[in-house]
Amino acid sequence: MSTTSNAAKPLDAPPAERRLKAPSWVTGLLTGSRGPAVGLIVMCVVFYIATPYFLTQNNLLNIVDQAVILGLLALGMTAVIITGGIDLSVGAVLALATMVLGWTSHDLGWPLWLSALVAIGVAGACGLANGLGVTFTKLPPFIATLAMMSIARGLANVITDGQQIVGYPEWFGNLSTVRYLGVFTFVTFVLVVLYVAGWAYMRYRTGGRELYAIGGSSEVARLAGISVRKRTVLVYTVTGVLVGLAGVFLSMRLDSSQPSAGTGYELDAIAAVVIGGASLSGGVGSVTGTLFGVLIIGVLHNGLNLLGVSPFVQQIVIGVVIALAVMVDVLRRHETR
Amino acid sequence: MTNVSQVTRDQAHEGLVVRGVSKRFGATQALDRIDFDVRPGEVVALLGENGAGKSTIGNIIAGTFPSDTGHMTWQGRPYEPKSPGDAITHGIGLIHQETRLLPDLSIAENVFLGRLLTRAGRIDRTEMNRRAEEQLHRLGLDISPTRLVGTLRVAAQQQVEIAKALTLNARLLILDEPTAALGGDETDHLFERIDALRKEGVSFIYVSHRLEEIARICDRIVVMRDGQRVATHATAQVPVSQLVEEMVGRSVDRLFPDPGVPTEREVLRVEGLSNPSFRDVSFSVRAGEVFGIAGIVGAGRTEVVRAIAGVDPVTEGKVSVDGRVLRLRGPRDAIEAGVALVPEDRKGQGAVLDLSIGDNVVLPSLGRVARQGWLTPQRVTEVATDAIKMMTVKGRAAQPVRTLSGGNQQKVVIAKWLERKPKVIILDEPTRGIDVGARAAIYEVIANLARSGMAVVVVSSDLDEVLGLSHRVLVLSRGRQQGILPAEEATNSAVMHLATA
Repeated sequence: MSTTSNAAKPLDAPPAERRLKAPSWVTGLLTGSRGPAVGLIVMCVVFYIATPYFLTQNNLLNIVDQAVILGLLALGMTAVIITGGIDLSVGAVLALATMVLGWTSHDLGWPLWLSALVAIGVAGACGLANGLGVTFTKLPPFIATLAMMSIARGLANVITDGQQIVGYPEWFGNLSTVRYLGVFTFVTFVLVVLYVAGWAYMRYRTGGRELYAIGGSSEVARLAGISVRKRTVLVYTVTGVLVGLAGVFLSMRLDSSQPSAGTGYELDAIAAVVIGGASLSGGVGSVTGTLFGVLIIGVLHNGLNLLGVSPFVQQIVIGVVIALAVMVDVLRRHETR
Repeated sequence: MTNVSQVTRDQAHEGLVVRGVSKRFGATQALDRIDFDVRPGEVVALLGENGAGKSTIGNIIAGTFPSDTGHMTWQGRPYEPKSPGDAITHGIGLIHQETRLLPDLSIAENVFLGRLLTRAGRIDRTEMNRRAEEQLHRLGLDISPTRLVGTLRVAAQQQVEIAKALTLNARLLILDEPTAALGGDETDHLFERIDALRKEGVSFIYVSHRLEEIARICDRIVVMRDGQRVATHATAQVPVSQLVEEMVGRSVDRLFPDPGVPTEREVLRVEGLSNPSFRDVSFSVRAGEVFGIAGIVGAGRTEVVRAIAGVDPVTEGKVSVDGRVLRLRGPRDAIEAGVALVPEDRKGQGAVLDLSIGDNVVLPSLGRVARQGWLTPQRVTEVATDAIKMMTVKGRAAQPVRTLSGGNQQKVVIAKWLERKPKVIILDEPTRGIDVGARAAIYEVIANLARSGMAVVVVSSDLDEVLGLSHRVLVLSRGRQQGILPAEEATNSAVMHLATA
């Protein structure tokens, strides 16, 4: 943190919280996500003390590679939750996308790039259906996406009658393994670009600001002339597209397509968003917060693995972390009221 | 109930005695050593601006939270309620401004909520219905106790709350703004009930902003300001100007500012407008004119302005602005044509409470404020700071709207339209739930909007407000237009005559 000439950009954050005078772009990045950031740092320090291997470049890159799928799902989920909705279908739609990719490329013999586009398109269509269900038939988001979760999982299984599809060309797998500049694989590069774009959209684009208003009070937003339905449909559709992309990336990593892929991922994505400070009642949340939420879950798994903690115990730890994160957040909000 | 007339020494009566009660919330001293008495069968008015501490003392008496210091006695015994349930057991009930009933349960189930009657372990619906009906009758209500509360009108729901308290043998009822959502007839009816119950020895603490009502129903007045008791009047016949002065701590000379002289140019024209809630409403408003819409609750006032603003669908008739007929498919069409609505429900429809003042102010004009769709926080702050200055909002651009007082919230809701420079601005209940001192500021804002050349439409259930602000007043009754009166002819009685037609 450098000493900046002018810390008096007064309105980025309430003054009471501005004792640490960081440059305004730093406060800008961290608005609303200081808690998760601190949590992540504390966790990293603890794991570093427990096992120095934790902080090696290899391990850190490994964490990022592992976080890509969850990261994509959580990015869309952030926007959905900010509008006051929820998307339970992301795990199942992810599976459907990988199966569409495998089936069209293997059984139908389509070129892989075309199959990938179609897989993403199918996932986007699922998102569109979610959005239309929520807006036009006025289904509660929980129900609309619960229905989609079942439908998509069923479709994923129907395609190959539950069989997995194995084997993709080497170049395809390389997209998720070969590092450029020693850091980014193609996949992590895409993730970074999408997070920067998502952050800028939610923070600086009018469309993003409208989502916060819709989540805060959709009636206020409607009376202010915002097309609440159009925005809502868009959010679910974009989430579907991101899920489709995640499906393609998962096929790269696993070198296969499995209809059971992504089971329970929707809950991990929701957990990441909530750990990142979003409120399930809508109107509150941020892309940076979600990024920290995704990394917290990633670091936790990785660190506990390094320490040889069993996966069953890991589940318990993650549950406790979710409860703690939200508890701290609620208490903090309560105090500033 | 034997001691009704034996009020001799200070603390020796059977009613409620409050002595030296203080309460602090964080940095705010909400109550500062409050003393007062409510004797059996007495209606005591609790007056004060929002934030004066009226609700806090009400909540302490009703057991919502404890006081920091001081003590209370009730029916001659020390009284320290540990919870609302405890207070109810002692016979003290709080009737909230917004009713707290479960809409999907029946009246009887609501009345007995938390203490459902049982017989042999099963819920005894017959007995519950019988006893609920008894109390409804006592209140002069002829509704079946099996009806779902959600199907009742607001006034009836409030009666159910009172019935609930009475069923639990309440001897002291705290009524928080009981008439805020009631029409004239319903208010009269409520007062009759209060009168009848008072004769049975039930006491009331009556919290209200409506000074003329207090003169009608209350025996004594306690005025609060900034958590302190500033005055006690042994009678309710106190000049309104004196009460207002005591509440705000300064003299409020002219409540209604002069909105200036309207131009001849017609801006808004409404012809034969109808939808299921009202029929055949026609009027026009000129630039610089303040046009009032009066009527009792349920007359269709809000419905008419919502239709004009494109919020609710129109089945027949047309709305034109500057001679161009609007095609109203949604609020957006009205907004594009220059019609802005400041809705009656400030918290549910006017402002997003958790967003900052800045984010709220730019909401209807995001497209205009942004440059090619990009909106920096600095730009939002800039626009909001201008609006804050212009509307004299007490707050900073980054502050959540929730933290503002009602009056300042309302200013934010008005401010958010100014960037669009509307031709017509409609204000529905602009001062509901706003305290007297802040109301004058809102009136000043409304007059300024008219002076700046907008066509202003004001809807209010506060008749004095409509009459004091408007150049002309349209009166509605049961969805029908009863007439349009110019300010000179629009007296209280002339309007009420039409409104109850």
